[in-house]
Order: sequence, then structure tokens, then C-alpha cells
Amino acid sequence: MSQRHPPEDMLFDHATGALADPLGLLVATHLTLCPECRGETRRLEAVGGALLDQIDPTPLAPGGLDRLLARLDESAPQSAPQSAPQSALGPRPAATIDFKGLIPEPLLSHVQGSQWRKVNAGIDEIQLPCAAPGMTAQLLRIRAGASVPRHGHHGREFTLVLAGGFSDHRGRYGRGDLTVADSALTHTPVADRDQDCYCLAVVDGGLRLAGPIGRMVSLFWKF
Amino acid sequence: MARIAGHRDRNAFTALYEAYGPRLKSYLTRHGADEATAEELVQEVMLSAWRRADGFNPSLASLSTWLFTIARNKRIDFLRRVKRPEVLADDPAFAPEPVDGADTVYEAAADGDRLREAIRGLPPEQAELLKLAYYEDKSHSAIAAETKLPLGTVKSRIRLALNRLRGLIGEQ
Repeated sequence: MSQRHPPEDMLFDHATGALADPLGLLVATHLTLCPECRGETRRLEAVGGALLDQIDPTPLAPGGLDRLLARLDESAPQSAPQSAPQSALGPRPAATIDFKGLIPEPLLSHVQGSQWRKVNAGIDEIQLPCAAPGMTAQLLRIRAGASVPRHGHHGREFTLVLAGGFSDHRGRYGRGDLTVADSALTHTPVADRDQDCYCLAVVDGGLRLAGPIGRMVSLFWKF
Repeated sequence: MARIAGHRDRNAFTALYEAYGPRLKSYLTRHGADEATAEELVQEVMLSAWRRADGFNPSLASLSTWLFTIARNKRIDFLRRVKRPEVLADDPAFAPEPVDGADTVYEAAADGDRLREAIRGLPPEQAELLKLAYYEDKSHSAIAAETKLPLGTVKSRIRLALNRLRGLIGEQ
């Protein structure tokens, strides 16, 4: 059976706080969609809690408690302004899709208000601004029934399905499934025929497109 | 915590601060915060605990686990200057826990005692790696670089330690 969840070392690094974006964003988005991995994350966090109990205490500066008690009546800072409202998404019809409920919040605020960029007849993308050096992150929309040109991988590619689904020779992936592809894998993902497929793709190291169509597409689709 | 959430009880809150503040300060210092920053972040963690007290759910996390997650998120927000992506249970996209009929009520605090005992019983080389990961924000690869251990060894030691601990935590 092919894997549909983050590798366990990624879940662990996320629980300790060591996993930086965009992989942290990828895992948090998966967690919103996956009760099973949330349960595992709670277990890993419980280890963190037990270790917090065992850490040697450091004396606090005098006056800290009074300062804290005096601050209890402060009202909480206003949370960050809400994401851009639907109407601010821009005039292009392709961008006016209602992401709410489709795309979980950890990711939503990164893509609200963005414009789709056409990759080819079947694929649009939104590049995410949070990418770390050497990594790219993008929201992909693959039209119902369309296929991603056959490609291999230089590094690791993590794909999280947000809506719809796609299949390759390994099987079908649906909402919430997270697949990892590495240099050993060359595949041709095909979106379900009845629904557009939305994915968050994080690539650590770049894709290698195969075949004449792939080479042509790679001129337009810079990984 | 119930007294803090329900009655806004400042005495209970003071006791919480005195019990956990010094440990939170150590945790934040181990992550590279200087004295003043660590003090400020302890204040921020405790203020969050005060404001969000009614969100504390003892069947999901023990008190120390809950404070660990708040402190972890605060230090990421402050020290890395990025917002940690958080899962929100009221997100319209949130996939709820499956309802299996059997109402699994359990008290996370009881796990804490078993866990602490089990961590003390871990082989030192496993406990050391766990502490590097949780206390110092080291990823698997960063731990491998620091300890000069092969990445595979780091992964397998952490996996062995977690396998031993995992069975002690509820809701399997």
C-alpha cells in the first residue's frame, strides 16, 4: 500500500517545532484533514509536555508575577485581519472560486486573493510566497480528467490533495492524502474525471520532466 | 485550570505561574532566547493560558502538554518571526474525529505520570536525542549534524524511544 500520510520523522519534527515552512504548512494542512495524524501529533506533544515537566527550572526575575497580574485585564490583541474577502479575489473568473471549506486555514490565508497562473490547458498554479531556499510550494488545480506530464524527481515532492483526486500507477489519492515522490519515481498523475483536483505541492529539489511534452511544458513551468 | 477558566481565579493562576514559569523559562532559554526575551515570552505564554483557559481540554492534553504547545508556538512566532501554521478546530475544512460509539473518555494527566517515568527509564542515548529535539528545536538532520551520528541512527533511536513511549499514551 502506498503511503498517504507524512513520513513519521516529519510529524515528529512538526510536533517539536523544528519543521519550517513550507513543509510545516504542508503538515499543518494535512492535520486539519486527517484525524489519525492529529491523534499521533497529540501523542508526540504529550512527550514534549512530559519533558517540560523534567526540565531543570530557571528562577524567574523578581517582579515578573506582578507585571503579569497587572496585564491580565489587558484585552487580547486583535488577531490578524481576516483574509481578503471573496470579492477581492480579482476579476478573473478562474480566481473567484470559494476556497473556504475547500482549503484549510493554515493554507487559506496564503492563497486568498492570489491569481491563478496558467501552466497548460489542464493545469493552473498559484506560487506560494513562503517557500524556503531550495524549495518551491504551489497550489495546483488540475482540470477534471487532465494529466500532469510524465515526470521524475530530483529531490522529494510532497503532494497533498485538497479536493477531488488523482491517480497514478501506485493508486488513487483523495482529499487529505499526502504522497511523497522521490528520485526513484517517474509518474503521470491523472485527475479524477468528475471533478477538478486541487493539490498543495511542495518540492524540495526540483522536478525533472520526461518526454517531448514534458520538455515543452518545462519551458513554461519552471520548477 | 477549571478555576482559572470558570472563575478567573488569580490565586490559581499565580500557582500555575509559579509551577510552570521557571520551566518555561528554561525551555525558552534552551531555544536560544536571551534572559530578557525568555522572561517576556514566559509572560506571553502565561497571558495566552489566561485568555485561552476555556480552550484547555484535559481529555486531549495534560496541562504540561498544553503549555508546551503554547510555548512552542510562541517561540516560533517570536524567535523565527513567522507565524506557526495552526490547525483550527472551527475551520470549515476541519475533518472531525470519527465517532466510533465507544466514548473514550480518558484523563491525559494520568499519561503524564507514566510518560515521565518511562522517559527516565530510556537508554541515555535515546533520552539525549529526544531532549535535543524537544528542548532545542533540532530537526532529525540537525541532530545528526550536531552529534555526528548518521541520520539513520538518529532516526532509529528516536523511533525506538517513541515506540516505547507511544504505548503509554491514551486513545490508541
